Amino acid sequence: MTYREAVREAIRKALRADDRVFLMGEDVGRYGGCYAVSKGLLSEFGPDRIRDTPLSESAFVGAGIGAALGGMRPIVEIMTVNFSLLALDQIMNNAATLLHMSGGQFNVPLVIRMATGGGRQLAAQHSHSLEGWYAHIPGIKVLTPAVLEDAHGMLLAAIQDPDPVLIFENALLYNAEGELPANAGPVDIRHAAIRRPGRDVSVITYGNSLGKALEAARNLAGKGIDAEVIDLRTLRPLDDRTLMDSVARTHRALIVDEGWRSGGISAEISARITEQAFYDLDAPVQRLCGAECPMPYAAHLEAASIPQVATIAAAIEGMVQPHG
Amino acid sequence: MMNPVHATDLLKQMLLVRRFEEKCAELYTQEKIRGFLHLYIGEEAVGIGVMQALRPEDAVVATYREHGHALARGMPAGVVMAEMFGKQEGCSRGRGGSMHLFDAKLRFYGGNAIVGGGLPLAIGLALADKIRNNARVTCCFFGDGAVAEGEFHECMNLASLWKLPVLLICENNRYAMGTRLDFSHSVTDLYKKAAAYAVPASAVDGMDVLAVEDAAKSATAAVLSGQGPYLLECRTYRFRAHSMYDPELYREKAEVEEWKKRDPIPMLIQAMEANGFKVDLADMEGQVAKQVDEGIAFAEAGSWEPVADLLRFVYSEDPA
Amino acid sequence: MPSLGADMKEGTLVQWNVKPGDTVKRGDIIAIVATEKADIEVEVYETGTVETLIAQPGDKCPVGTTLARIHVEGEAAPPPVSPAPEAEKPHRVKASPLARKLALEMGLDLENIKGSGPGGVIERHDVGHVAAALKSKPPEAAEPAAPEMRHAIAVAMARSNREIPHYYLSTRIDMSKALRWIEQSNQRRPIERRLLPVALLLRGVARALTDVPELNGYYLDDKLKMAGEVNIGVAISLRRGGLMIPAILSAQKKSVDEMMTALSDLITRARSGRLRGSEITEGTVTVSNLGDLGVETVLGVIYPPQVALVGFGKIIEQSWAENGMLGVRPVLTASLAADHRATDGHRGAQFLQTLDHLLQDPEAL
Repeated sequence: MTYREAVREAIRKALRADDRVFLMGEDVGRYGGCYAVSKGLLSEFGPDRIRDTPLSESAFVGAGIGAALGGMRPIVEIMTVNFSLLALDQIMNNAATLLHMSGGQFNVPLVIRMATGGGRQLAAQHSHSLEGWYAHIPGIKVLTPAVLEDAHGMLLAAIQDPDPVLIFENALLYNAEGELPANAGPVDIRHAAIRRPGRDVSVITYGNSLGKALEAARNLAGKGIDAEVIDLRTLRPLDDRTLMDSVARTHRALIVDEGWRSGGISAEISARITEQAFYDLDAPVQRLCGAECPMPYAAHLEAASIPQVATIAAAIEGMVQPHG
Repeated sequence: MMNPVHATDLLKQMLLVRRFEEKCAELYTQEKIRGFLHLYIGEEAVGIGVMQALRPEDAVVATYREHGHALARGMPAGVVMAEMFGKQEGCSRGRGGSMHLFDAKLRFYGGNAIVGGGLPLAIGLALADKIRNNARVTCCFFGDGAVAEGEFHECMNLASLWKLPVLLICENNRYAMGTRLDFSHSVTDLYKKAAAYAVPASAVDGMDVLAVEDAAKSATAAVLSGQGPYLLECRTYRFRAHSMYDPELYREKAEVEEWKKRDPIPMLIQAMEANGFKVDLADMEGQVAKQVDEGIAFAEAGSWEPVADLLRFVYSEDPA
Repeated sequence: MPSLGADMKEGTLVQWNVKPGDTVKRGDIIAIVATEKADIEVEVYETGTVETLIAQPGDKCPVGTTLARIHVEGEAAPPPVSPAPEAEKPHRVKASPLARKLALEMGLDLENIKGSGPGGVIERHDVGHVAAALKSKPPEAAEPAAPEMRHAIAVAMARSNREIPHYYLSTRIDMSKALRWIEQSNQRRPIERRLLPVALLLRGVARALTDVPELNGYYLDDKLKMAGEVNIGVAISLRRGGLMIPAILSAQKKSVDEMMTALSDLITRARSGRLRGSEITEGTVTVSNLGDLGVETVLGVIYPPQVALVGFGKIIEQSWAENGMLGVRPVLTASLAADHRATDGHRGAQFLQTLDHLLQDPEAL
């Protein structure tokens, strides 16, 4: 099964299980979804539950909020995070805010899914990784599934969540192949996961960088460096406990993030490590992030702009002395 | 045919809003109310007139100039005042203030500080009703300024396309803060914009509460018939500044005085008297004053939400 | 040249910390003097202005020689204009937070650890290397101790054995309550304020000595002179080999926390040669804690003119019978070597018994 199919399967399950659930977004119906995630769902569920919207991000995200207020459990698909900026007011000033601002009266059980990330030569306006930016906002939850089980299970969990949940699917992951157990269901959305235990350094990452970090770790194992790789899974809330326990064991931390370094989620994690695990650190926390420039089109420039297996490995080697 | 009991009720509601708003201005200068304060003085006929067409099961989305709408919808004066004082006995636990009045039981969805920000919410509430086949109307109030925002056009399009049961009330008081209508809009008969979206629309004299009520009832009936949204432009005027701290450099005093001659409250009294109905204004003022004073007392006696609760309701709390 | 010990006859001036014209106040460290035992910081007891420096670095002066002249003001000296006698900025060792924590726990001085990290930063394995080296190398294999120091120690040992009639007592103390209390207390403490068991032991010794004061003092001129203060000499082994026994002054006034801080500070300064004269000369009793080296029981030699030496060995799990039941407890063997001229076995036993009781109620300690 592919990551894409795992997401589709989750949408299908959610639609079957609860008639309050419906999917709404651009080209989710007749087109089958920009990334083919919702392919076939229109004929299975009909146009009331798989709703094509006009190109009106603010209106249909706000409508998703309103429908959630009105008793539905909408899944709003914003084609990519790049277009979500048009709906930022609705997300920040309504979805994230209504519960607190109304004194607890109006929760917004809305799920917003967006494709994210660069690496397909789509240039500056189509290659953003803004999930770390969204993680700045109290009142929403921000999920970044990297493995099939999470692509499937996080959506199911998000549907059951009484509060707005944003799910960021890195577009390069849609074709990733994997196993999904037959009885796969909702998964935890509060904790990080150690994907590769190790002794020498805690490599903390998420999304499409996870696979790259794991490959780097595999390559370095042959050189006597044993890296622990952690999949953050959720950027808001961050799972401090897992991160600090890891740093307490390895004493070194490298955060890998496709987003920009300045004021990004890597900065937040680094600050937390300093606050909570200072006396466990044998070296400063390092960050490997997207280059501080708009994403260029040319392939070699784009490749140089985001973390890659080789640069992750080099960053680790710069931090760890190999042992025999 | 005018119903005197009903007209009296409308008059009293408008008077309540008027006196309440006047008190708010006074309390603001005493720093009991802080932040931004947008008064509805002069526009009462719109909110109260439209509210007559709505039933308890309908939904209301409003702007930051929504005290009158909240009171007309049924929020007690004390709860509104307490909210503006920032007390936790306010409708939003003191967390919203003047611009963010909410009440789940009254289906009153705020109170929105972003111009045009409530339109998508209203579309969504109507969408839910449409999907569930609820025979309910979502009434969305917005100003002439919002009509320039992209959200208005996106929402008009979407509401029309999906035939959503939303009653769109444009409160055209001719000024978007300090920008007059004709400096904002290429087409100043705002209701005409609805034609571009195939949405039925009309304009009404917003200073005449009975006319507003009539128009709103027709519009609501149209919406409930399943034909989709209706845009009702209510032409009104605010007698006071945009908010408390506004020297009103953008309009002439003469213009204000001209519009004050069409103050909805005296206008209704005149209409009632012309129809042979007596109005005991003194008695009504007395009742209204009592309501307002009691509201203020309630707010004064209120308490502050404990700071320790600051982070409550960022997310939903687990049921006990 | 001050007298800093009964055996000190002369000292060599290493450096002056002041120059003519500087103001000094009572307690300031004015010079560093080398003696047989160690380099000592010399404090000044007057407040005034330095007039002339008579001795020069390298001069060997007998005890009593005038080293400098200080003009004492009629009134208190005005506050010094410069912030500190040494104009140099405090030297800061670059070490990772983890390395610092480990060094503190092991009682190692970062000044003596070479860092292998970027820019010479001391990292964990640097501390680990030093700790391992200390454990593995017997003192003889290390750089030989300064000959003068060994000589001084030898003289003192011989004299003690010759002159003092020793008697020895020892007892096994159940340390389970004490260790549990330390562990719980440490969970609530930041790393730099964590306690080691030795701090509790020292506090116990100080308290027990108030019960048996005849063990705290000097035997001079054929009679026992009990001391008012309890200045516990702590035997500290030096990396170059050799032993120093500086004292924690007024230990009877110190809480467990204060004892821990004082001990850490003392060890650091002993190993970097920055002890004060009073700490070297005014010990009234000595504690020898050799538990870290794996020794179970310590039977020591008293340092004259003191009349007692308390020894602590390693805390090891041993079978323990209580109320007819056999269990396993962490057990410490505490021993007392005492001068029979000053006390008898009865008083000695009382001391050990009091110490045991105190360690069963660590909270009260």
